[in-house]
Amino acid sequence: MNRLNRLATHTVLLILAVPALMPLLWMLSTSLKADDKVYAGGGGFSIASLIPHPAVWSNYPKALQTVPFDVYLRNTITLCLFTVVGAVFSSAWVAYGFARIDFRGRGALFTLLIATIAMPDQVTRIPVFELFRGLGWYGTYLPLVVPAFAGAPFYIFLLTQFFKTIPDDLAESARLDGAGEFRIFGQIVLPLALPALTTVALFQFLATWNDFLGPLIYINDPRKYTLAYGLQQFMSAYDGQWAQLMAASILFTIPIIILFFFAQRTFIQGIATTGGKN
Amino acid sequence: MNARTRKDLTGYVFIAPWLLGFLTFTAWPFVRSAYLSFTRYDIVRPARWIGAANYRSLITNDDTFRNACWVTVKFASVAVPLGIVAGVSLALLLNANVRGITVYRTVFFLPSIVPTVATTAIFMWILNPKIGLVNGLLEKFGIVGPAWLTDPKWALWSLVMMGLWGVGNSMVIYLAGLKDIPTYLYEAAIVDGAGAWTRLTRVTLPMLTPVIFFNLVMGVIGTFQYFTQAYIMTKGGPEDSTRFYALYLFDRAWRYADMGYASAMAWILFIAIMAVTGLLFKTQKKWVHYGG
Repeated sequence: MNRLNRLATHTVLLILAVPALMPLLWMLSTSLKADDKVYAGGGGFSIASLIPHPAVWSNYPKALQTVPFDVYLRNTITLCLFTVVGAVFSSAWVAYGFARIDFRGRGALFTLLIATIAMPDQVTRIPVFELFRGLGWYGTYLPLVVPAFAGAPFYIFLLTQFFKTIPDDLAESARLDGAGEFRIFGQIVLPLALPALTTVALFQFLATWNDFLGPLIYINDPRKYTLAYGLQQFMSAYDGQWAQLMAASILFTIPIIILFFFAQRTFIQGIATTGGKN
Repeated sequence: MNARTRKDLTGYVFIAPWLLGFLTFTAWPFVRSAYLSFTRYDIVRPARWIGAANYRSLITNDDTFRNACWVTVKFASVAVPLGIVAGVSLALLLNANVRGITVYRTVFFLPSIVPTVATTAIFMWILNPKIGLVNGLLEKFGIVGPAWLTDPKWALWSLVMMGLWGVGNSMVIYLAGLKDIPTYLYEAAIVDGAGAWTRLTRVTLPMLTPVIFFNLVMGVIGTFQYFTQAYIMTKGGPEDSTRFYALYLFDRAWRYADMGYASAMAWILFIAIMAVTGLLFKTQKKWVHYGG
């Protein structure tokens, strides 16, 4: 690539970086401003107005008071924990069956599994609601947690493909030593599948952390709100308190950003492999 | 017990969680929802069979439904192609071999990991007509910006714009696709005297079509179910300009407890998604390039 091309590429990327980053910077900047200074209109906007002056750090503790952040955080983490454990373990368990055991009906059932991946939830949502309501689970976390323990079709598919790539000779020699399938699963395949399991764990964590519709349908007690749902409630209840809203949004986003910087490869490879390849 | 039966048994022990989940959370609800779509049902009282009345009234005499279909189709036919063009272009740029490219990649990926609810908060703020960032900037150029989310002419396009901000996700998929194109194809093209543009249109883009196709299908399925952003930001307004299909379905089911009617809507959505996906798969022979 010659110098001119390189310069052009840098220029275009830098220009595009402005709309990519500006909303985030503006969120950060607003979160540190006094409510009467968050204004960007009236010719008042300038690069200098990005820097809050003076920085009102108290927006953060204030936001934490207005929203019972600690409660929502605890709820969200509890849900994440259960759904991640459930989805990872069950999906791996099921995937092992599909990938490694040649039982009758395997092909047909696997096709069925794939067919359900693209199925829109809307079709099943009402009867599922009916079912959970009938069980007396409405208003509890069970409707949000229990389905994870059935394994998610997409993760099962992913892990099945991954398990198939693990060479069979290790398992074969274990079998000769008298190990059963359950031991081979737990002691040989699971440890080797750690990268794929991490991907599943990460995606499930993000899905639960971000889930809005689940709590919207099933949770009616404010003490049981999650961060995503609680933040939206805050938004509609305290219209116009932008500084605090931005502070709360940042607190909600920061864990994901930190997670991203720690698990960048898993993020990127996860998206690339789950998205692009067949 | 012979070895065959034993193997079957072990297999079913492993797939049991999924199989049970499939029966209770997918198969049975699927059948039940088909039945409910022919009833009047409010969850509390038993469902009452009314034949095809829900479907009939949806098709012949529900303007909100018709509008919701239109809004959704309009949104999908703009947001999906735009997302593909933006995602592919960005990936091409970020595939360049310049210094600091990993930093650029992070910058463009970052918006897509911001949780949806936080993204909606940010955009409601920067699109605020009076004191938001976007109109503040436009004012610098002497432009009076529209009221965005509260203007029926602009609300839908505001959501499209917000979707573009999260394009980093599909960018990553395209980027992985670009990395998979074998270099010998480019070498061969250069030997044949192909310039940069020819390489792009004759090698890169054709080789990327499977990934584009994947994103197209997922994009269409996703926009047909577009819900959270609209629910939070516009609640379907102003003047129903963002009343998406999934939003209207949600209101029918959970606001008006009109579960039979909502089930009929869910089935129409399901059939529409199947039909469109099937149609897209039919076209893929014409333009999707598989294999080296």
